[in-house]
Amino acid sequence: MPDPTYVATALTVAVTITVALRAIPFALKNAVAGSALLADVGRWMPLGAITVLAVYCLAQIDLSTPTRGLPELAGVAVTIVVHRLRRNVVLSILTGTATCMILTNWVLPT
Amino acid sequence: MLNRTAAARPKDLHEAAWEAGVVWTGLFALGVGFGVLVTSHGLPWWLAPIISATTLAGSVEFLLAGMLAATAPIAAIALTTFLVNSRHLFYGLSFPLHRVTGRLRKAYSVFALTDEAYALTAGKDPDGLTSGRILWTQFGLHLSWAAGAAAGGLVGHRLLGDLRGVGFLLTALFVVLAMDAFQDSPDLCTLASAAGSAVIALVVAPASMLLVAMSVFAASLAARHHLTRRGRRFARA
Repeated sequence: MPDPTYVATALTVAVTITVALRAIPFALKNAVAGSALLADVGRWMPLGAITVLAVYCLAQIDLSTPTRGLPELAGVAVTIVVHRLRRNVVLSILTGTATCMILTNWVLPT
Repeated sequence: MLNRTAAARPKDLHEAAWEAGVVWTGLFALGVGFGVLVTSHGLPWWLAPIISATTLAGSVEFLLAGMLAATAPIAAIALTTFLVNSRHLFYGLSFPLHRVTGRLRKAYSVFALTDEAYALTAGKDPDGLTSGRILWTQFGLHLSWAAGAAAGGLVGHRLLGDLRGVGFLLTALFVVLAMDAFQDSPDLCTLASAAGSAVIALVVAPASMLLVAMSVFAASLAARHHLTRRGRRFARA
């Protein structure tokens, strides 16, 4: 266990920066209220931000591992197919993750 | 008045649980993974729920656990937190905070504005979201993430350390949320520019991919806004 003072300081710094980053746009928003640019950004941002996060997660799939990222790729495929068929968020996530975990742990163990 | 708020609460909780319940479950599982990671770094188990409840930012916490264990310089921790979390600068622009009533509740809502909270609320019609529903959604995310971390820290990696692939849950979550967001507003131009920005960032700056991708995407939105406005002016002339 590292020094408690160090851990407390590090955590305080991380929390302060995170909260500030979340709060700053709301403080600035009043200054630019009624902006047409902001209205457009607000309309386009949700789909865009989620897409960026999805690509970020997909890019984490490591193709250089002994399994060549096959469990993850199969998990993505199952998630997409199940979601197209049933449109049930719970079902899609659970079947996709189960596919990935079964392949990783029992079918293609390294 | 008292009766009305009291009567509104179960319904808000019910709607939030119906809509976000699976994400809560997912975050709990991921939290377990985080708790296991914290103890596998040799840190005490109770640090996992403390980090999760206070920082409440999944991606940076996984980095933070390793940095704390290695007693990385505070400046490095500050810079990493800033780089990984600066994408949140773009969330405030469209998060429906105006639907949340009360100063303390607004403050909590800003504190708990995670990726998941943004993804679950910003794509929806703000008029259909009540204050209670937004807050319950966020509190559920907060609680399940911290509770998962506590559970994972306590059970330790002796039991779960060999089970791999739990982290895939986050990938499945965002793939599904992206599919739903596209169905709600099928805007190919937004989808293409966001995916393009993400790929550019992966090639140019893989270490700070999220920040670069969000900045490129925001710049493309500004360009698109000005182009469509000019187009409209031409059409009128």
